[in-house]
Amino acid sequence: MKITPEQVRKVARLANLRLSGEETVRYAADLEEILAYVDQLNELDTFGVEPMAQVLHEGNAAPLRPDAPGPSLDQATALRCAPLAGAGHFKVPKVIDR
Amino acid sequence: MEDYRELTIESIRRGLLDRRFSATELAREALRVGEAENGSSGVFISFTPERALAAAARVDSKVAAGEDTGPLGGVPLAVKDVIMTAGERTTCASRALEDFVAPYDATAVERVERAGAVIVGKTNCDEFAMGSSNENSAFYPARNPAAPDRVPGGSSGGSAAAVAGGYAPISLGSDTGGSIRQPASFCGAVGVMPTYGRVSRYGLVAFASSLDHIGPLSRTVRDSAAVLGVIAGADPYDSTAAGLEVPDYADRLEADASGLRIGVPREYFAEGLEREVGARIEAGIALLERLGCKAVEISLPHTKYAIASYYLICTAEASSNLARYDGVRYSARSAESGTLSDMYRNSRAEGFGPEVTRRIILGTYVLSAGYYDAYYRKAQEVRALVARDFARAFEKVDAIVAPVSPFPAFKLGEKTSDPLQMYLSDIYTITGSLAGIAGMSVPCGKSREGLPVGMQILTNHFREQTMLNLGHAFEAAGGFEG
Repeated sequence: MKITPEQVRKVARLANLRLSGEETVRYAADLEEILAYVDQLNELDTFGVEPMAQVLHEGNAAPLRPDAPGPSLDQATALRCAPLAGAGHFKVPKVIDR
Repeated sequence: MEDYRELTIESIRRGLLDRRFSATELAREALRVGEAENGSSGVFISFTPERALAAAARVDSKVAAGEDTGPLGGVPLAVKDVIMTAGERTTCASRALEDFVAPYDATAVERVERAGAVIVGKTNCDEFAMGSSNENSAFYPARNPAAPDRVPGGSSGGSAAAVAGGYAPISLGSDTGGSIRQPASFCGAVGVMPTYGRVSRYGLVAFASSLDHIGPLSRTVRDSAAVLGVIAGADPYDSTAAGLEVPDYADRLEADASGLRIGVPREYFAEGLEREVGARIEAGIALLERLGCKAVEISLPHTKYAIASYYLICTAEASSNLARYDGVRYSARSAESGTLSDMYRNSRAEGFGPEVTRRIILGTYVLSAGYYDAYYRKAQEVRALVARDFARAFEKVDAIVAPVSPFPAFKLGEKTSDPLQMYLSDIYTITGSLAGIAGMSVPCGKSREGLPVGMQILTNHFREQTMLNLGHAFEAAGGFEG
């Protein structure tokens, strides 16, 4: 299947990535090659096969803890990781113009 | 001090008890050797001297008081830089997290330190663990200690090279599609991917959550068994961490492989496997037979579809997991952040390298409207078929023995131009990852050029003891030398 630069630009928008024109062309070619390769999955008839989303273990192998509140990261620690924080919040560029 | 580069957990324990060296001396030596050679080895992204010396001092005071120093007492340990270490940089070898200081410890990190290990540094890897050569590190590549013009493998290249190159007797890595086993194979180390859920993923920076594992690398099978025994087990912070009891793997280690049935999957010895690697693995299987194993040919018929299934699933999960790097909460923010949307796009564009970007694009594409069923759902159905192949095989055999990689370590730059070719080299490790079973690489001699070749041992879910025993028996019989 042909992948156009326009399709890559759309995906990049969805993923919040900024690509240069050259990158767009390169990733279109990469995506096309990889998708052509994965096309072989269609050789397999998977009708009735339950999709495997997780390696599910059962019983004791899959414990759930009691749903009880416990300590978590405190606000100061969490904010220390942020590139810009203040007044107990993460700071971002202004979203609304007054 | 006896040669630092060849120490094991047991030789360190004896050395400490006999007062031949202290844990502090050992930590200083680890830091000295690691730092002095890092310009050429590229093994570490950062060192953790304060943390190391504090941990070593705790061990030394226990030795002085005659107290138990724990199963990893005083042992220098290197941690892959995708695993969180509180108060230390945890970069994932990415510009996006170049200055990120982890606010908490991964469960595995907390457990190894509680067991007495001395964390000396954070190891190099492919960015966000995406790659098979360590060349996708945003900072510099790590090199193979057996041949410095060659890659150490990936993504846990630094963790494998740390162990094989003599910088730390044990390390922690992560494995999503082979990222512990393949570099272990390339460098001549032991590397273990435990069953999915055997070790908590809490504090492991997520790449593909249904496939990610933390596991040990070491010089001997016994040392990996010891580390696994420490890090395995339930964790209230990871609901996928299994609640099953954790055996004392190292204590129960037996060099007796007699009577074990080992399956040799015919699909793994077909086209694409370099002849010299195939010959080494066949020699390894012959040795196991002499040790009393019964080798039987098996078939894992969906093997050829595994890479396609894996790269759809792992990129889909990665595109979702990596959405969190927004330049707001912990990842780097672009200086070009005029509007909120500029900030997101520019921060991510500047933060992610080409392979990470490629995988986010592929993953976003396969999850996008109209393609979900054709790609993502189909890949999950095929994943179920790959898992069923293994389930059927393990009705007949106790373990499966196979190559880890089709070829030994390749030269830096040799395979970077074609991403698909790089993906294809993961064929023998990806299948076990999809099934969530246990797998390890043990050294199996060297190629004519002197490059290490690893043999893979796979066992069913939670059958790590069988896998480790088989590896240990192989090692004890001289299989590592080939």
